[in-house]
Amino acid sequence: MSERETAGASGSGRHFTDRSTDHSPDLATGGATRDPSAHREEPEADYGHELVPGLTHTPRRTDIDPKAAKRAERQVLGLFLLSVAGTLVFFIGFYAVQLDSAENVGLSTKLLGGGLGLALFCIGAAAIHWARKLMSGEEVVQERHRLRSSDEERAAVIKDFQRGVEDSGVPRRKAILGGLVAATAPLLLTPIVLLRDLGPLPGRKLRETVWTEGVRILSDVTERPVRVADIPIGGYVAAIPETLLDLPHEGSAQLAERGKSAVMLMRLRPEEIVSQQGDNWGYEGVLCYSRICTHVGCPLGLYEQTTHHMLCPCHQSTFDIADSGRVVFGPAARDLPQLAITVDNDGYLVAKQGFTEPVGPSFWERG
Amino acid sequence: MSVTPKIVGGTANFVDERIGSANFVRRSINKIFPDHWSFMLGEIALYSFIVLLLTGTWLAFFFKPSVTEVVYSGPYGPLQGVEMSEAFASTVDISFDVRGGLIMRQIHHWAALIFVAAICVHLFRVFFTGAFRKPREFNWLLGMGLLTFALLEGFAGYSLPDDLLSGTGLRIAHGVLMSIPVVGTYLAFFIFGGEFPGDDFIPRLYSVHILLVPGIMLALITVHIMLVWYQKHTHFPGPGRTERNVVGYPFFPHYVAKAGGFFFIVFGVTSLLGAFVQINPIWMYGSYKPSEITAGSQPDWYIGFLEGSLRAMPNWETNIWGHTVSWNVLIPSLVLPGLMMTVLALYPFIEAWVTGDKREHHILDRPRNQPVRTGLGVMAIIFYGILWINGGNDIIADKFNLSINAITWATRIGLFVLPPIAFVITKRICLGLQRRDRETLLHGRETGIVKRLPSGEMIEVHEPVPSEDRVRLLAGASPRPPELPAAYDENGVPRPGNRRERLRAKVGNFFYRDQVEKPTEEELAAHGDGHGERAEELPPAESPAELPRH
Repeated sequence: MSERETAGASGSGRHFTDRSTDHSPDLATGGATRDPSAHREEPEADYGHELVPGLTHTPRRTDIDPKAAKRAERQVLGLFLLSVAGTLVFFIGFYAVQLDSAENVGLSTKLLGGGLGLALFCIGAAAIHWARKLMSGEEVVQERHRLRSSDEERAAVIKDFQRGVEDSGVPRRKAILGGLVAATAPLLLTPIVLLRDLGPLPGRKLRETVWTEGVRILSDVTERPVRVADIPIGGYVAAIPETLLDLPHEGSAQLAERGKSAVMLMRLRPEEIVSQQGDNWGYEGVLCYSRICTHVGCPLGLYEQTTHHMLCPCHQSTFDIADSGRVVFGPAARDLPQLAITVDNDGYLVAKQGFTEPVGPSFWERG
Repeated sequence: MSVTPKIVGGTANFVDERIGSANFVRRSINKIFPDHWSFMLGEIALYSFIVLLLTGTWLAFFFKPSVTEVVYSGPYGPLQGVEMSEAFASTVDISFDVRGGLIMRQIHHWAALIFVAAICVHLFRVFFTGAFRKPREFNWLLGMGLLTFALLEGFAGYSLPDDLLSGTGLRIAHGVLMSIPVVGTYLAFFIFGGEFPGDDFIPRLYSVHILLVPGIMLALITVHIMLVWYQKHTHFPGPGRTERNVVGYPFFPHYVAKAGGFFFIVFGVTSLLGAFVQINPIWMYGSYKPSEITAGSQPDWYIGFLEGSLRAMPNWETNIWGHTVSWNVLIPSLVLPGLMMTVLALYPFIEAWVTGDKREHHILDRPRNQPVRTGLGVMAIIFYGILWINGGNDIIADKFNLSINAITWATRIGLFVLPPIAFVITKRICLGLQRRDRETLLHGRETGIVKRLPSGEMIEVHEPVPSEDRVRLLAGASPRPPELPAAYDENGVPRPGNRRERLRAKVGNFFYRDQVEKPTEEELAAHGDGHGERAEELPPAESPAELPRH
């Protein structure tokens, strides 16, 4: 039995809908089909004018010139062969290049990607060339099938559904339905309950840092304590609390604390300082501010010495260090929290007290 | 009698006797798809998704989604002895220590950029040609879902390597979460398993990125394509094309070859990009630390509009009864994109309500024939584009030596001023093109040949429009604005539902007030057979002043 006969013998209308005639392809070529008897209840969208000329077909060179067709065939074949060459380049790149230097990593990547790209591209180009030049160039018309079910079909569905409802006894035995709802509703809460242990409750974690009185301020680069003399006038030092290093090294405790308690030291001429958030919160022109932006929490990093402006590289919120860390531009709403500092007996800069407000981005409970 | 090899026939028989597939296969083989270059934009999205699945699966074999601290001891010199998370270390290893690792990473990343870009241009095609109209609204909504998940999936993907750039992106996302009123802080603590960055987030993000979101997307894509298959593709107006048929080439062999071949082209091009254009060199950024940052941090392109809106927003924040609402974060990063997506998703229903059009549409609109829709679309693109450009305002300020404050202010003002201007200009251009279509229909096409008449008059010769062009130019009716309903019925009683009707009429008027009428049959007939006039056909006795000048 040939495949064609198999197709014919197969039961009809078992797919999508039972309107198999709607699907059966009408492979009439050419000639606009405009069958006035076609079933369609909605008025047809206005097509402008009743001008639908028949399909026109201009034969391609490969349709009339056997030589051109032969040439196209050779081109397709050539592209397939070129693809094989690309695959070979890929294999050579994989086996012949060892990843022992940066140059070789680059070479390997170029050979693998270039070879793969060539191999894939040529197969694609060959297939498309084949389709465009050698497969039939004549357009075919196929009728669309109606999407809307007929009124009879709709009525039948409603009837069957209602019979099902009757059969289930729901109209007469409403308690069963109530039981179903009562059973499933609390069950739906279980996944939400299960998600509870995804994380701890916030508690006071967003309000506290490890900064307290007397905590030494370390340079974030050298992790050594800083003296006033270490910072030139106009200078800037990214800093962290010394107690941060006491936190467990495993896990993310240190990283989380870095995200909150990172600060920066800037040294200004005392007369340049316009205001601070508290009396004598600086020390000999050295000011310490939170390094976490009050917008969405990026670390600040672009300090303009002449204007004392500190810019956030993420969204360009700009804070005036000489004027209480005031927001002078950008989307941040709150001034940078200042850390009051002094020096300890050894002359190293230390915190005079912890931050007096939560650092970093705003949150609902912040107040 | 058959050219079918025995093995194929045997297999077909085996399958058909079990699932009765012959009818379905036959219909599929004969399925007609119309041909137009813009129909392959969605294909690019589909194929880059497949490339993403293939390369992503391979990458998952080597990537370690863990933030456990390790000391790097691999071959990349500058990082040797540096402490980093396992996620970052394994990404560096994939790049430098695994053969084919770097090319797979780069193909994966390029394919992701192309995926979202292809979805966007596919969306433009569907919008501007009105392909979203009845009966294809479901597919429009599925597409919206896919676009949203694609953005999420892309962001999740480039956040996984735990490099400095991706960590910065996550920090911003965390700040955005915290800005949500009432539940924001809790959401942030639950999602991150505690304080930012925490140990849990990267592994969680990993399962979201490789399983949850791609699984959902695969399901949505399947339905999306099944619907295209079932409802049949739309086609552009042209000879022989009607609302009741589809004109094109059969699925087999044409589209098996063309679409199948195109998959290889897309895969090939992403491979070549991966080979020769470096992308996301994470080893240069280093491992993430919440206290470090680089200047010029930029997200992948499709997150840029959110970055831009965050940067443009004024710094509003309110404090009421001990509670903080960060409008400066909430509006640009959640409210605005939510609004944009909602309006976009509802557009087909809004337009259908305005037009009251309940008909099926299978012939696509030429964008010029829907000046208001086209104008609104361009307006939306301009709005998005301004946000997107502002996402790089620091780079622009640096490269062009401009003030960042000036760029931000230009964005704030431009967001409100430029889109309406774009709307007006686009609508004018559309109407101009409509007028030109009318001219061409009535007077033929300019040939560029100048002819001198016996009277000395110089005229340009116009040639008739080929009939297939005529169909295209005539397509698309001129919809009329709905009439304003009377406020009172014949008894002087206010009509129920009147306000909604009047609103609809007003919006409809806005949509369809300005239209260039298509030439009528009479007008076409009056100009000869509509093939344009030829000056030499006119009686020479007429005075030159009355000669038509085109």
